[in-house]
Amino acid sequence: MKKDIILAGVGGQGIISIATVIGYAAIDMGLHLKQSEVHGMSQRGGDVQSNLRLSDKVIHSDLIPFGQADIIISVEPLESLRYLPMLGPNAWLITSITPFKNIPNYPPIETILDKIRSLPNHVALDAEGMAKDLGSPKSANMVILGAASPFLEIPYEKLQQAIRAIFAKKGTEIIEANLKALQAGRDFKE
Amino acid sequence: MEKQLLLGDEAIAQGALDAGLSGIYAYPGTPSTEITEYVEHSRQARETGVKYSWAANEKTAMEGAIGMSYAGKRAMTCMKHVGLNVAADAFINAAITGANGALVVVAADDPSMHSSQNEQDSRFYGKFALVPIFEPSNQQEAYDMTYDAFAFSEKYKLPVMIRITTRLAHSRAGVARRPALPQRKGNLPEDMRQFVLLPAIARRRYKQLLKTHYDLVAESEKSSYNLYFEGKDKSKGIIACGLAYNYLMENLAGKDVSYPILKISQYPIPRKMIEKICSDCKEILILEDGYPMIEELLRGYLNTGVTIHGRMDGTIPRDGELNPNIVAVGLGFPDTRGPEVPDFMVGRPPSLCAGCPHIDTYVALLETLEQYSKGRVFSDIGCYTLGALAPFEAINSCVDMGASITMAKGAADAGLTPAIAVIGDSTFTHSGITGLLDAVNDKANVKVFILDNGTTAMTGGQKSAATGRIESICAGVGVDPAHIRVIKPLRKNREENVRIINEELAYDGVSVIIPRRECVVELNKKMRAKFAGKSNE
Repeated sequence: MKKDIILAGVGGQGIISIATVIGYAAIDMGLHLKQSEVHGMSQRGGDVQSNLRLSDKVIHSDLIPFGQADIIISVEPLESLRYLPMLGPNAWLITSITPFKNIPNYPPIETILDKIRSLPNHVALDAEGMAKDLGSPKSANMVILGAASPFLEIPYEKLQQAIRAIFAKKGTEIIEANLKALQAGRDFKE
Repeated sequence: MEKQLLLGDEAIAQGALDAGLSGIYAYPGTPSTEITEYVEHSRQARETGVKYSWAANEKTAMEGAIGMSYAGKRAMTCMKHVGLNVAADAFINAAITGANGALVVVAADDPSMHSSQNEQDSRFYGKFALVPIFEPSNQQEAYDMTYDAFAFSEKYKLPVMIRITTRLAHSRAGVARRPALPQRKGNLPEDMRQFVLLPAIARRRYKQLLKTHYDLVAESEKSSYNLYFEGKDKSKGIIACGLAYNYLMENLAGKDVSYPILKISQYPIPRKMIEKICSDCKEILILEDGYPMIEELLRGYLNTGVTIHGRMDGTIPRDGELNPNIVAVGLGFPDTRGPEVPDFMVGRPPSLCAGCPHIDTYVALLETLEQYSKGRVFSDIGCYTLGALAPFEAINSCVDMGASITMAKGAADAGLTPAIAVIGDSTFTHSGITGLLDAVNDKANVKVFILDNGTTAMTGGQKSAATGRIESICAGVGVDPAHIRVIKPLRKNREENVRIINEELAYDGVSVIIPRRECVVELNKKMRAKFAGKSNE
């Protein structure tokens, strides 16, 4: 088993929480893991990505080679496309469609969505809207993770367990909200 | 033993704690910050009374560590590559004094300049100082090497450098720990003149250092971190240093190639291993995540020896960090790429946060400067450097820590008056105070804006060295208290702030203007902690 995952977003959007849940589940399964993060200047509203690598064999490089990622998981549509050169054959792109506009020259959203929809393997969903409908706007990340979950080769229950463990300190309410968000993403059909 | 998921930085910190560290000294700087932060938040450190200190700058940090080493305890100091420039005087001389208790210096380099103004390779500093260097290839080695570095430092009574690069510093992997050792009791140096670098003593110490170097080379040659893999296909030999070794293994996994490989993770360079690979193989590929240090040595000025491929002949790009694809191409393997980035893609540079006090400072400053010609704002290193970008485009320089005040003074001396300096509170205490003294002594017409957000914001909010004491420091240095003005950078105060700045612009002398408002990121952190109540911890 090998899963090379690019997590993408804008600094401050919290892509690391997605990585933390997947990572927890992966370690629980006894997989090897490497997770490269962006710290420093870019965190101030710039583009950020994390390379998350899971494997049942030893992982050497902290960086995923270009053209070999299995999944891009993005919490922002423009950012999902920034890492296309990372994608391998038959790879999937899972992204939120809600733009984060903190630059004056943000391209037209329809152009971006058309490009995303032109990719053979994609899931594009309104994670923010879905999270709001669930009454927990902060759990959009878990909606995205839910949508990506069928492609991770990690049993769904393992992800649920990971959320329970990671959010344990924050109380039952937060755990349930995140589990619901995860399920909503998993159930999403275009 | 169960493995812990640790960043490379955290693995170094945990390795130090388990090796019996007594004190860590640092000034924050990407990608080194998380080492000291880990100790700051470590229960193990708290329970065993390990001292951690956010020092005023890297030089004071280095000297604190040297002092602890003098007193016979195990000390570590951590900094980013350019921080080592600031600490270089202490560092180079610490090789002459030697260590008593272990002295471990971590330099975190930033090839590709993700968060830095250059990509200098700290291995040159280690070589220059004639101290051993460990360069881990992964998180486990980062832990193990740090653990070993302390004993190694005490064995040879020398500082030891650990050199890492951004990708290892900021990447997590499972790390297995070793038994935690107790701290040393402490003892003074056997030779009480060891640390007295009077010329006569320094000459003796330097001869000793040169002699020890042969032992260090012998250590490198038998080090378990330097590995020689025999290979049948001697058409090419590969030398891979530190992290580059991982990129190499990524490419070789599952492939049927058998070039001889030399992995180098401990310096000085293992001479015999280099001799062997160069005599065994027809040509050599050198992979270094930094400057072509070994490549330059082996190539020689006239390049008449063994055939070398690497950064200097274009096999590997001359600048920037390595990655698996660059190494693949260097090996002659096919490159892999997914679909192209669409043409409509635009950059998303970092920017000041919504509600950041610097925004209001720049808005007011720009308004007051409309009456002058452009190009007179000398800035410094911190979040406010982002004022260089649209929509502000407010600053004209960013060179090194503290340079805003001194460059403004130099420019004012050249006739560019009034010259403006923009510096953060933490950068001011790092290296700005001495420059302000220069300006005061020369009565320079400079306007120094000390942007006081109460924290070291860019690196994630570490303690700032002189919170609450900025005005008294300026007055103590000799700035006329009438020209030390504190303003509150808020949109609603714009008019008043513009008026105050204009008053100071009209004054021919040193003015200090302190726009003071808390960093919004830190404020949000505090609010969240407050509302989370006691349920946390």
